[in-house]
Parts: sequence; structure tokens; C-alpha cells
Amino acid sequence: MAEATIPILEMKNVGKTYSQNGRSIEALRGANLRVKKGEFICLIGASGCGKSTLLRMAAGFETATHGDNLMWGMPISGPGPSRGMVFQDYGLFPWLSVRDNIGFGPKSRGRAKSEIRETVDHFIDLVGLQHFADVYPHQLSGGMKQRVAIARVLANDAEVVLMDEPFGALDAMTRERLQDELIEIWSRTGLTVLFVTHAIDEAIFLADRVVVMSPGPGRIDHEYNIDLPRPRDTASTEFNEWRRMLSSQLHSHHGRKAG
Amino acid sequence: MVTTLASDTGDETASAHKVSWAATWWPRLRPVLLAVTFPIVLLAIWHFSTVGRPGSLIPPPYDVWLELRDLAVGGINDDAYSGTLYIHLLASVSRVYGGFALALMVALPLGMLIGRVPLVRQVVDPTLQILRPVPVTAWLPLAMIIFGLGPRSAFFLVFLGAFYPILVNTIFGVRSVEPRLFEAAAMLGCSGSAQFFRVVLPAALPSIFTGMRLGLGFAWVVIVVGEMTGVQTGLGAIIMEARQLSRTEIVISGMIVIGTVGFLSDQLVMLTGRRLLAWSPSHG
Repeated sequence: MAEATIPILEMKNVGKTYSQNGRSIEALRGANLRVKKGEFICLIGASGCGKSTLLRMAAGFETATHGDNLMWGMPISGPGPSRGMVFQDYGLFPWLSVRDNIGFGPKSRGRAKSEIRETVDHFIDLVGLQHFADVYPHQLSGGMKQRVAIARVLANDAEVVLMDEPFGALDAMTRERLQDELIEIWSRTGLTVLFVTHAIDEAIFLADRVVVMSPGPGRIDHEYNIDLPRPRDTASTEFNEWRRMLSSQLHSHHGRKAG
Repeated sequence: MVTTLASDTGDETASAHKVSWAATWWPRLRPVLLAVTFPIVLLAIWHFSTVGRPGSLIPPPYDVWLELRDLAVGGINDDAYSGTLYIHLLASVSRVYGGFALALMVALPLGMLIGRVPLVRQVVDPTLQILRPVPVTAWLPLAMIIFGLGPRSAFFLVFLGAFYPILVNTIFGVRSVEPRLFEAAAMLGCSGSAQFFRVVLPAALPSIFTGMRLGLGFAWVVIVVGEMTGVQTGLGAIIMEARQLSRTEIVISGMIVIGTVGFLSDQLVMLTGRRLLAWSPSHG
């Protein structure tokens, strides 16, 4: 079978039920998602819609109680370097410099020192942190920390980058800059990105495909292919149409839930 | 500003230099002056309340200073204590660091096991927690029975004094590693036992270090009690011996030496910590 026909990630009728103090909470029900290599997908929805659960199952941090999570057709059995995760709270190792944080993955996998150095230098350049290579995370701004987190995943040859509201804690200007840079890196490297957000603008700006989810229990409602040319103009009429459409989509769930 | 002033007006050069000299030295001098003022005042009170009073049980500072010199190099009193300071200092330092090192060797691995292996925690921790509030001094009679009169009891008490701070802080350190860091390590390809050395240990280092610092401080506190158990040498031993002989100037000299050496030893640990924990905002 050719690679093109097998999705890089596939969720087949995936469900997740947590049991807490004897009560069971259904976080996700019957989710189906196929991600082709090189796609940029945004998962969007109100809190409790299971978007983070879906992402964490793709990462291998959590297992599904129903259905299958597959990568290249093989079941995902746990976290691994092929699926790098970028957390909202960065998850950087505070005792390692920027350089060593980025080199953590290659080092764990037993790469040669010279090779690690080369890789790390390359990705430090890519995210523009040349002057901060030997600085510790606590000395960096939020935007810089998130750059390190992205570089760390890329330096580890991740095929899929899973991003859990990565820019949610940043100020608006930094957020926009990082969105631009992420698109730039994505278009140059052919990465596959699964990006969780609750910001409609962010989803429309970034994604090839927006997956709208809704809570109670968490499920996938709709998928939309965003066919706008890149770079996208957030002030254009087309962008506004998407914004209006997705906004009413998301709000209709609230209405339904309340009613 | 000072330099432009100096180059513009020739006759003011001298005063401008004076200003810059004071401006550079005053900020450094100020903390030193403030730090020595208080002890000087105390010293003065001590001096004026003891000097020229034969009935005073506390010797004046100058007598203590003479005794300190005699203890260190001899040549003043020429008694049994003259020039013996290095013997006692060496004995105490070796007991403090020996007991501390032993405490470190036991408490560190034990703390890590208690912190990370539930079974070990369930078996060992309750016992240790019940023994913890027992003050080291209360162990003294038992230590003398078990280890006999002599340096081994002192060694044991120092060990005990340093043991709990290291243990408790190590347990705390390895248990309070942010769960996120395990996820980050796992998705980067570091899992299982490799995480212990690459995540748990470095993350716990600041706590472990705090424990070591407290432990070493306690070791110095306990040494005097430890050396009450009938040992011949050691700073604690001469303090106790001098007390029985009413040689209060030796008692005070011993206190001064313990204070100074304990302070220097703490500074050494702090310096090491600052280099080792430069990444930590609360240590670096």
C-alpha cells in the first residue's frame, strides 16, 4: 500500500470514559478522525469537549476505552518521539539550558555528541534563539519558552507535532508572531500538526482543516476544510465569513446544551 | 556623568575623582560596616561589664582572645591546652563531616526509595516518622549503651542529626517533581528507569541541597552534645572539660571556633549550591 492511502494518524470510533470516585465520566464518544501526512488540523471546541483528551491519546499519554488510535496503521501503545507534544505550560526542563533542552530527545535516543550539536544548532537557528542557547528556561519570556518547546520536538524528528493550546498563555502580539512562525516552519518542513485551541481566529488562521467538537459527552461534530490561500489575511471578507460560521457553530452547542 | 564633569572643568578634576572613589567604594563598604557594628557593640558591652571585676564569672574579651591564641599556637599559658586547638578542631571536623557523609550515603538513597517506591514508603516511612520527633539529645544515653563511651557515640549522634533533614528533603524533592516533566521526557523518548536519572534526580536537586545544608548545620549543632560522651578530643570535649575546670575563657574560645568553622562550612555548601543550581531561580 502506498503511504498516501494510509493516514499518518487515524482515530476509529474512539471513546474515553474516566471513572472517578465510583462515578464514570464520558470524556469522548465515537470520535473518528483521519489525518493525512503534512496536514495542519485544528481541534476546536468549548472546554469539556474532549479535544485535549483526543490529543493526549494521539500522544500516547492516555489509552482509549473504546476504538483504536493508529499511527501509520499501527496501534499507538504509548508516548514516543514520532509524536512530539507542545504543552501550554511549556514543560521545559528547568535545569537544562536552551541547548540541552533541545538536545534532550536526541540524547535520550543515544545519538552521537557531534550529531546532537549539529541538530541542536540547526533548530536553535530555526526558532531564532541563537543568542539564548546557553540560557536557562527561567530567564526566557513565554514566547521564547514556547519556541524552545517547538524546537525540542522538531530536533527529535517528530513526524507529528501535537500542540495543546500552545499559545494560550501568551500575549496577543507574541501569539500572532508565533502563529506566523509556526506556519512558516510547517510549510518548509512538511510536518503534520494536530493543534488544539479554543480561539476561532487561531484555528482559521492556521488550519487546513478545522475539527469542531462539542461537550457532554465530548464528540466530533463537523469538519471544515479552510480553503483560504496562505498567508491568510485575518481582515479579509472570506476570513470573516469563516469566523461567523464557526462562531455560530460553536455557540449553537451552548444553546443546545442549555436547552 | 562624573567623567564628563572631570574632563570639562580642569580644576574640578580632583573632587570629581573623590566623588567617583566614594561612589564605587561606599556601596561595598556599607554592608561590611553595618555587619560589624552590631558585634562591636556587643563586644564593648561584654568588655565594660567584665573588665576589672575579679569576681566576674565571665572573662573579659581580651582574656578570651589570649586564650584563643594560646589554644591555637601556645606560648602564653603553657598548660595542657596550649597549642592543642588543631587536634580538637581536626577531631570535630572529621566527626562532623564523617557523620554527615554517612548520613548522606544512607539518607539519599533511602529518601529516593521512599519517595518513588510505594512499597518502601509503606514499610519504612511510618517508623521513621515516629522516630523523627525524638531529639538527638534524647538518643545520648542509648547511644552510649550501644556504642560505648567514646568517639563512636559522637559519630552516631552527628549522623542522626544530619540524617533526618537530608531524608525529609530528599523525599519531598523526588515526590514533588512536576508530572508534566515526565510526560515531556516520555514523548521525547526517555522512559522507564532512564527518567530517574534524567528527570527525577535533577528536579529533586534543589530540595536535596536544602536538606544537605540543614543537615550539615545540625551536624555542627550536635557535635558538642556528641562529644560530651566521654571523648578526649574535639571542640565539644574541651568545652565540657573546661566547664568542669571553670576555665570559661576556653569555653568561649571553643564556641567562637565552632561558630566560625560552622559558618565557613555553610558558606562552602552555599557556594557549591550556587554553582550547581544556577538554573534554579531560587538558588542561582
